[in-house]
Amino acid sequence: MTEPLLRVENLKVHFPVMRGVVLKRQVGTVHAVDGVSFTLDRGETLGLVGESGCGKSTTGLAVLRMQDVTSGRIEFEGQDITHHDKARMRPIRQRLQMVYQDPYGSLNPRMKVSDIVGEPLVVHGLADDRKAYDERIAELMRTVGLLPDMADRYPHEFSGGQRQRIGIARALALEPSLIICDEPVSALDVSIQAQVVNVLQELQERLGLAYLFIAHDLAVVRHLSHRVAVMYLGRIVEIASRDDLYRAPLHPYTQALMSAVPVADPVVERARLRVVVQGEVPSALRPPSGCRFHTRCAQAMPRCSSDDPPLADLGGGRAVACHLHTAVIPIVRAELEPA
Amino acid sequence: MGQPLLSVRNLVTRFRTGRGTVTAVDHVSFDVAAGETVAIVGESGSGKSVTALSILRLIPDPPGHIESGEILFDGKDLLKLSDAEIRAVRGDRIAMIFQEPMSSLNPSLTVGMQVGEPINLHRNAPWSVALEKARELLGMVRMSDTASRVGAYPHQFSGGMRQRAMIAMALACEPQLIIADEPTTALDVTVQAQILDLLKDLADRTGSALVLITHDLGVVARYADRVVVMYGGRVVESAPASALYAHPRHPYTRGLMASVPRLDGNTGERLVPIEGQPPDLARIPPGCAFAPRCRQATEACRSAKPPLREIEAGHHVACILES
Repeated sequence: MTEPLLRVENLKVHFPVMRGVVLKRQVGTVHAVDGVSFTLDRGETLGLVGESGCGKSTTGLAVLRMQDVTSGRIEFEGQDITHHDKARMRPIRQRLQMVYQDPYGSLNPRMKVSDIVGEPLVVHGLADDRKAYDERIAELMRTVGLLPDMADRYPHEFSGGQRQRIGIARALALEPSLIICDEPVSALDVSIQAQVVNVLQELQERLGLAYLFIAHDLAVVRHLSHRVAVMYLGRIVEIASRDDLYRAPLHPYTQALMSAVPVADPVVERARLRVVVQGEVPSALRPPSGCRFHTRCAQAMPRCSSDDPPLADLGGGRAVACHLHTAVIPIVRAELEPA
Repeated sequence: MGQPLLSVRNLVTRFRTGRGTVTAVDHVSFDVAAGETVAIVGESGSGKSVTALSILRLIPDPPGHIESGEILFDGKDLLKLSDAEIRAVRGDRIAMIFQEPMSSLNPSLTVGMQVGEPINLHRNAPWSVALEKARELLGMVRMSDTASRVGAYPHQFSGGMRQRAMIAMALACEPQLIIADEPTTALDVTVQAQILDLLKDLADRTGSALVLITHDLGVVARYADRVVVMYGGRVVESAPASALYAHPRHPYTRGLMASVPRLDGNTGERLVPIEGQPPDLARIPPGCAFAPRCRQATEACRSAKPPLREIEAGHHVACILES
């Protein structure tokens, strides 16, 4: 197998919690990302799902090197970028781009769309030939389904869906191999979301792009992803191919998450068996001991509150961090031990 | 079915803005029977929230104004009540739950005082009784340790707990109608399911009717008996939920269903987006508001607004192409 495009190994991002104005002292640590590992191949989409505070966005920012890493390793195109500073990230930025959630806040209102889309080219010194530059802008506009003439306008003249396309055009300017998309459609009206989802899909087919697609909407993630990782309180609790995960989720949290999302069909809804979880996500400042989900899990066993289940490989690209699915081996070993 | 509990007839609500007068709600009519759950679905600017606020006359005037129509609740027109009379209805016989639990709770009052207030206000109960009832209500919305929660302040609660407190407050006087405007949009999915399950369960048990305002077709499918679909300030379709999902008749409803990926959908297929943008309410076209985005639109669609007609028992559609 060839080298993956992106490899994240045991990534940890911890934030100190400070108190006091004059005599600042650390009173705690938020374990925003706490040992996350995954790989992403060229041309592939990995969906990263979870509820607020699970660390999915922080993971995306760490990969982009817009967030300092506490420990672990991030490899992009075979190169270790874990501790790259701004200057060393500059050549890598061409290949590693992002699309943000907020199509209103992420575009400078005082810049023409042509300057917004072309800015990466200027920054990277690829805008010397004025004619080639103009042609590239026109091509990028067409690529995301906008008219080249619209490039002379300002962001406020565009709707939310069109602004998100402008954001995608800007991300494409430097021909990246990976785009980190952080909730790219969740701020859009339902009837507009499909327009942007389709643009992302078409671009992947045409340009062989890979996406790290961070979102809370499980249906959109299913539609776009090849593989999906489910996060809970800074950890990946389950990772699998799209079809495996949605057909038969193994982790009780994944099951609860899927059950919580209603299907737009009353007949299906009435027939569905749902796994309902109690309570809310605990604070990442003091994550529960053992399995972090045990406080809300209906199937929790005594050991779940003390032993932290590792993300165990079940084969076929599937891994799950749950004693229900990984308990077999240690139990057998214990039984074989002489009394 | 006898007389409906709530009957909204030709409601028109307008706002004066810097760009002229905007008709946010344009001749909206629908009924809610006692004990039933009706979902009002629409995107931003469809008029669904303004419709909800109009029912309880909570539209800030100016800039807004309810121009015409009738809102018959138990046979009485709420639009003809005096300010004191409508205040007596709010929180007593009709309760409202808002989207943002943090901004709809008073940060400087204890949760117990806010949950107990409707009982103190509408039932003239002394505070000792109201607070005791508040504790009971917090238990009903499945909060633990209610004795200490009564004395807590909203900032000490999580988003889900605040919304539970809002539901407790809404249920305080056992209203006949609860209007919930996107009650879980700000919450995580697992908490959203808990809150909506709770709301639906309590409404069913107390016999309250529920008007659920949402943009989520999945939420509608899970909880609603009937659905009212709004677009550009008008009702474009209304039907029992089962009929609407089995046979959506308005091109907008059909478009919406084809454009949203489903958890159990066919992943090999491309989504079919609705081209174009939702309408700008300040510049609503003279004909059908959806015509500029409708693949089937004809000249006739662009010239006159299609009336809402009943094409099957209980199934109303505002489209001249459907019969």
